[in-house]
Amino acid sequence: MIRLDDVGHAYGDRTVLRDVSLRLTEARVGVIGANGSGKSTFARLLNGLVVPTTGRVTVDGLDTRTKGREIRRRVGFCFTNPDAQIVLPTVAEDVAFSLRRSGLSRAEIAAKVTDTLRRFDLSDFADASAHLLSGGQKQLLALAAILIMEPSILVCDEPTTLLDLRNASMVSELLASLPQRVVLVTHHLHLLDGFDRVLVFDQGRVVCDAAPSTAIDHYRRLMR
Amino acid sequence: MSALGVYLPGDSPLHRAPAGAKLLGLTLAEAGAVLLPGPWSVGAALAVVAGLYAFARVPFRVAWAQTRPILLIALLVGGFQMFGAGVDRALVVAGQLVLSVSLAGLVTLTTRSADLLDVIERGCRPLRFVGVDGARVALVLALAIRAVPVVAALTQEVREAQRARGVTGGLTAFAVPLLVRTLRYADNLGEALAARGVDD
Repeated sequence: MIRLDDVGHAYGDRTVLRDVSLRLTEARVGVIGANGSGKSTFARLLNGLVVPTTGRVTVDGLDTRTKGREIRRRVGFCFTNPDAQIVLPTVAEDVAFSLRRSGLSRAEIAAKVTDTLRRFDLSDFADASAHLLSGGQKQLLALAAILIMEPSILVCDEPTTLLDLRNASMVSELLASLPQRVVLVTHHLHLLDGFDRVLVFDQGRVVCDAAPSTAIDHYRRLMR
Repeated sequence: MSALGVYLPGDSPLHRAPAGAKLLGLTLAEAGAVLLPGPWSVGAALAVVAGLYAFARVPFRVAWAQTRPILLIALLVGGFQMFGAGVDRALVVAGQLVLSVSLAGLVTLTTRSADLLDVIERGCRPLRFVGVDGARVALVLALAIRAVPVVAALTQEVREAQRARGVTGGLTAFAVPLLVRTLRYADNLGEALAARGVDD
């Protein structure tokens, strides 16, 4: 369970989040809101990339302030820009990079990488240079590199924003099929069909916390 | 396509040779190249390198893409030397340049970067007593290789944005937005590394 108690966050004297208290236990949680409403900061709180200025965030009882390392092993994070997430020059190497410190042997790592690439339809590109992939394939590669670490929760910050329709549906279908719990920040509201719970952020606060249809209606009214 | 030699999958003996041996061989060959006495020996060495490319079954197109940028520089440097030091010296210097770069290119084309990084990591191990973290050195090199196509794409973006707004001249008008984008990319990359557990 992810738990936030009276969480607030400020960059310098610009407050971006205030009074956020939540317990997230659902399999699919959506996060929507205008640009600058605090969504991205909220997402980064969940794996300790950002530590709150006030209040505390715990994942399965571990505080992000002191147990960042354990938490990042449980909570995978997918960013908007696929290019910035790909660290090594070729596809297979980048996926293998995630397992560097896993203690597995070279052969075990190679086997897991082959498996993962097959699952993500990237086998044909194993030795290809990552910059030759399409945007959607790059995002799949980023997800493969995260999911090979077998996190129990996946946080995605607008993973489809930079992708065209086909690539975006490729990524969203994959997200829908995952056994992991997913927290999805997005502007693509249709991706939230079938979600268990959707949070609407406005000026750093959660202003609506409801089922997708209610939350999306609230968001639409807010944007008028 | 690729600006920098990126691994070209294959199973020639050069591909299968251990990365450490290739790096050591490269170092020795580069040192040897500097000692070559005259144009004939440089020419012979170039022929040997061309033979090695063929032996590794590198397609001509890839080999050419690898060598073309340095040919231009070699022409310039050689031309300059011709006036200062004579034709022989010019041929030797230009040939040595092409020789060194194409040899290094051959190593990167036939070696996975992960294997190169392993060697660098192991090679840096003795330096840990003076506080050098080999894994980190290797990671920095990997990021540099990966950043080449990314920054090339950013350059393209800035050019297009400028053309769209009808701005053309000026180095600062070009350099500033490129720098800003590159720094933003660096920021995002840092976050992604942290999320993937680097530095934990």
